[in-house]
Amino acid sequence: MTLFPKALLLIAVLGLAACNNPDRYGAGGTGPNDGTGTGGSGIDTSGLGDPGDPRSIAYFNQSIGDRILFAVDQSNLSGEARGVLAGQAQWLQTNSDYAIIIEGHADEQGTREYNLALGARRASAVQDYLISQGISPSRMRTVSYGKERPIEVCSVEACYAQNRRAVTVLSIGAGV
Amino acid sequence: MTLRTLPALLLALVVGCLAPAAMAQNGPLRIIIDEGVIEPLPFAVPNFIAENSGAEGLARDISRVIAADLAGTGLFREIGSEAFIGNVSSFDAPVAYDDWQAINAQALITGAVQVSGDRIVVKFRLYDVFSGQPLGEGLQFAGTPGSWRRMAHKVADAAYSRITGEGGYFDSRVVYVAESGPKNQRLKRLAVMDYDGANVQYLTDSSSIVLAPRFSPSGDRILFTSYASGFPRIYLMDVASLATRALDETDGTMTFAPRFSPDGNTVVFSLERGGNSDIYMLDIGSGRLTQLTNAPSIETAPSFSPDGGQIVFESDRSGTQQIYVMSAGGGEARRVSNGKGRYGTPVWSPRGDMIAFTKQNEGRFHIGVMLTNGDEERLLTASFLDEGPTWAPNGRVIMFTRESEGAGGQASLYSVDISGRNLRQIPTEGAASDPAWSPLLP
Repeated sequence: MTLFPKALLLIAVLGLAACNNPDRYGAGGTGPNDGTGTGGSGIDTSGLGDPGDPRSIAYFNQSIGDRILFAVDQSNLSGEARGVLAGQAQWLQTNSDYAIIIEGHADEQGTREYNLALGARRASAVQDYLISQGISPSRMRTVSYGKERPIEVCSVEACYAQNRRAVTVLSIGAGV
Repeated sequence: MTLRTLPALLLALVVGCLAPAAMAQNGPLRIIIDEGVIEPLPFAVPNFIAENSGAEGLARDISRVIAADLAGTGLFREIGSEAFIGNVSSFDAPVAYDDWQAINAQALITGAVQVSGDRIVVKFRLYDVFSGQPLGEGLQFAGTPGSWRRMAHKVADAAYSRITGEGGYFDSRVVYVAESGPKNQRLKRLAVMDYDGANVQYLTDSSSIVLAPRFSPSGDRILFTSYASGFPRIYLMDVASLATRALDETDGTMTFAPRFSPDGNTVVFSLERGGNSDIYMLDIGSGRLTQLTNAPSIETAPSFSPDGGQIVFESDRSGTQQIYVMSAGGGEARRVSNGKGRYGTPVWSPRGDMIAFTKQNEGRFHIGVMLTNGDEERLLTASFLDEGPTWAPNGRVIMFTRESEGAGGQASLYSVDISGRNLRQIPTEGAASDPAWSPLLP
């Protein structure tokens, strides 16, 4: 009997994993933790945990907010984005055993190379802001995916707006 | 000089504009963006003679590839065998010009194939039917049966070259990114194929995102960008052995958009540090790195002029993406794109006379060409998303990526003549992007 709610919770967590941590773009697109995204930096991701636990990755992703959005062809941070990032910084201060990779993304309205450079600008804007909030640069890395990994697939502004993003991806065990 | 009649005639057609509009016979595959109209030159390729038993299949297949190469340019139109009056029974028999004139074949290609063990020999002759003369000498190619398509391409290159006065491009390869999977989880791997989509070979698996491969000037190596380390980095692959190594591993940086110098010894590429992308040059032998641009804007997509003296690249230093040219040693750059919209991915023509580019304007993407000073801009295509032009070895044809719109959007390879004519999709096994043309094979 007691197994049943646990199973439900597991399903819920897996569901969240699918929503909030789609594949980190490694081997075969099979899912997170596929071992190719660690870049030799020793960073490794771990379970999302209970979204009700303020120290969990799930809590960070949903309640703090793991992503901010950008205007077309821009990398400057909106007031709303700064609010989210301030929350991220605060959370990272409290949970100092996490390292982060900041992913910069672009929508499909642009050439491949330019979008790679634009995604790098966006990731860097987030990194600079987090540093200004007291987070050590040694806990952060940036990566640009350009237009290679949209989360929304339609070709209208409603989707483009979601794809012009920077996502802060947590991983534990960085030895910071 | 009757020998000159045929080339002079076709050359006029190739240059365009001289053929009256009434002669237009545009098939459904062709679109015309500029104003030129062309009447393709009719030719016949009777099945090559099989000079011994066992050569019949190859003789027929080789003739078909030659015909497809020529007709595929849009400059030639094949007259099918059902219209033939006479036949070619022997490679050395005199040509019955009357029979070919009667069906209005202006060019005739005859040939023969001999198979002996693991060696095949292909001979061919080209005739100017209306002047009743061979056009150039007969030629012979020898190789293994596995290379029969290459020999067919070589025959077609010779015919194309003699008739148009341009270099050929059929005996060439294209390296590209083979794509599969949904748009938000695209799998990508490097592949190489003949220019016409045949003989596909996969060079990597799809375990990491790979982007924008480029051939070395001799075709023996490939540069590309991969996420194998988790971060975008440029890699160098040896085509024969597939041995691959990272070229620059400066920590905390991203490298992308690599291209070879014309001598194959140097790589020019973008290096991003702290959010800012600039153009760098790397000596492959020594690993020595030289920074060529130093600006807070995005500098990327560098491409050498064929003499190695200049580099064309894109930058948003003016506020939007535009095209600039600088000396190969760096230094001051002059802007060459002047029209409305944004310009990116410039590529210098192998002939040195033009720059191909991607243009975005009013929500549409175009592939275009312009002179190297930015004059005489001509848009060749228009679609939801066209990008990344690459030049055929003769500088007359451009291949590029076209991506369709929406959730099911997919990338395909297309080619187009620099006149804007003859837009064609290249047949690939699945979705494909980022083509890069090899030089003409030896």
